[in-house]
Amino acid sequence: MSRIAQRFQQLRESGRTALIPFVTAGDPVPTITVPLMHAMVAAGADLVELGVPFSDPMADGPVIQRATERALAQGVSLTDVLEMVRQFREQDSTTPVVLMGYLNPIEVMGYAAFAQQAQSAGVDGALIVDLPPEEGHDLIALMKAQGLDLVYLLAPTSTESRIKRIGDVASGFVYYVSVKGVTGAGHLNTDAVAAKVAAIKSVIPLPVGVGFGIKDAETAAQLARTADAVIVGSAIVSQMERLAATPQQIPATIADFLAKLRTAIDAVDRSTMPHAESPR
Amino acid sequence: MAIHADKDHASRMTPSVGSTYDLPDDAGHFGVYGGMFVPETLMHPLEELRTAYDACRADPNFQTEMDDDLRDYVGRPSPLYHAVRWSRELGGAQIYLKREDLNHTGAHKVNNTIGQALLARRMGKTRIIAETGAGQHGVASATVAARLGLECVVYMGEVDVARQEANVYRMRLLGASVVPVKSGSRTLKDALNEAMRDWVTNIDNTFYIIGTVAGPHPYPMMVRDFQSVIGREARAQMMERTGRLPDALVACVGGGSNAIGLFYPFLDDADVAIYGVEAAGEGIATGHHAAPLCAGRPGVLHGNRTYLMEDDNGQIIETHSISAGLDYPGVGPEHAWLKDSGRARYDAITDDEALAAFHHLTRTEGIIPALESSHALAYAHKLAPTMRPDQIILVNLSGRGDKDMHTVARHDGLVL
Ligand SMILES: Cc1ncc(COP(=O)(O)O)c(C=O)c1O
Repeated sequence: MSRIAQRFQQLRESGRTALIPFVTAGDPVPTITVPLMHAMVAAGADLVELGVPFSDPMADGPVIQRATERALAQGVSLTDVLEMVRQFREQDSTTPVVLMGYLNPIEVMGYAAFAQQAQSAGVDGALIVDLPPEEGHDLIALMKAQGLDLVYLLAPTSTESRIKRIGDVASGFVYYVSVKGVTGAGHLNTDAVAAKVAAIKSVIPLPVGVGFGIKDAETAAQLARTADAVIVGSAIVSQMERLAATPQQIPATIADFLAKLRTAIDAVDRSTMPHAESPR
Repeated sequence: MAIHADKDHASRMTPSVGSTYDLPDDAGHFGVYGGMFVPETLMHPLEELRTAYDACRADPNFQTEMDDDLRDYVGRPSPLYHAVRWSRELGGAQIYLKREDLNHTGAHKVNNTIGQALLARRMGKTRIIAETGAGQHGVASATVAARLGLECVVYMGEVDVARQEANVYRMRLLGASVVPVKSGSRTLKDALNEAMRDWVTNIDNTFYIIGTVAGPHPYPMMVRDFQSVIGREARAQMMERTGRLPDALVACVGGGSNAIGLFYPFLDDADVAIYGVEAAGEGIATGHHAAPLCAGRPGVLHGNRTYLMEDDNGQIIETHSISAGLDYPGVGPEHAWLKDSGRARYDAITDDEALAAFHHLTRTEGIIPALESSHALAYAHKLAPTMRPDQIILVNLSGRGDKDMHTVARHDGLVL
């Protein structure tokens, strides 16, 4: 069983919703990323999503675009990100790490090399934003051969046939994009999200995380009623941006924020929730 | 004119009678290039677009509507002009110019915006968005939006907004809002990213008019189909005028829409040599250029696999060309395929060579070409003397140079 599957099984057994923070690797300085990952885990993160910087982040809003630019200004490459994960693994062998990024840096590294190096660095899975299943066969096969999970986005516009198609290749968990828009967008309608999450769960037997637009503990708690995981990115990254000049303050500040989210999520009683039954 | 004999729309959507070329495949692939490399949020909208486009493609009424607009609003067919004096001076092949500069709004870009705007209206969209570099596609989009009464938002890199003031003003006069894009390198590629972001956010009422044969499927195919009116007309005009096909085609390649528009109807004509001309900027060796086919390598950007300019880590790098319309780090996937298959050859022309050709055509023929098109002219200038006077080169004069007065003047040390 993969580290991701194991983690979701534990959560299910203890009736908890996963908290998944996203940060861009190398933002605002490369040296802060590994300490930050550890601090987030200590504050209650169940899985860490690490953004791989790319020059043309088509699906990201302004907050993560700027994080990407800060990281790229430091020359952070895919190889550097894998090295950060390797360092993280020296002290943490249980928390899953998922890379989130775009295809081109992987194309340049080579699919086989990426799958092999990601596995050996201790990466558990990847969400490649601009690689739909239709275009992914070669990379999917190589990653599966290395025991890596492939996490996919699902959107409000995903039809049932697309949900099925993604269900055929996804592993670990699926990531439901809660708004029509880019990362960090606003106006999340929790009822509509609940309905779509239920629809996804009726087709895909994997945990469903919800993200894009979760800004505070209250929304996180609302979503914890329906989702198996709550994914928070821009709300963390914008706090890091404010502290970009004093990066040493970042781990503690972000840990405080995550601890609040953790408390709010854990206060939700999952046993009364219709859509949060364990996946088949 | 002979082109009006071509009324059967089935024949006009394929390159020529008895053709064998049938790319892209169903999923938008030209060999290993093209495809749909987009976030899940865009997959369904692209499928909807494709369904709507397929329906229009098969609908004679859509074709008639488009033909009427191209004739009455754009001024098509555009003339085929024999540049006699220039040809004689070069002392080789006869050069014919396809005069896309004479279209309404001054370039080939409008052929595509007419088609996509009609499609947008059929799909019931009330708002169109576009990306633009030089501003030509932005102007062409704002123009058709004004005419159809659609809201129009144009994304333009902050750097380009500053260097293309006149076109920004034109778009605003036409009622469009121009949004300066401040992310990344703040040029065309970033404008495209921002337009994609707008599209995923406002998918319900918004149609994204991409300005070249790039982006995810079906855009490269759809824009090619709309632009191939250039080659269909030119082929018929050439037959009528000279009784034969040209020996060589030459067009500049930014994203590649004017080039594929000319090339496509000739792809099965094995005796017609095809040359695409990229921007060598300050010279390929300097690294300051915009020539992904000549000096880049395959990768994935903006929804398709194609040749790109990138660094060793797969980050897209900044490009340089004196012509803003060629200043793009990628290129349409069909050109990547045509390059690898050997059907077309790609070469590059420097800023200085393009400027020389700009002045040369202006003085010998009384035609002021766009700087983009000047790259094609400069290549023809090199090619013609290597050919015989009974041979023919057909150059796509993709646009007129009015928009480039400031750039050329500045280069000559003048401020207008
Ligand atoms: C006159 C003209 N020619 C060529 C181009 C390059 O685009 P494409 O390669 O898509 O024809 C542009 C783009 O702005 C243009 O304005």
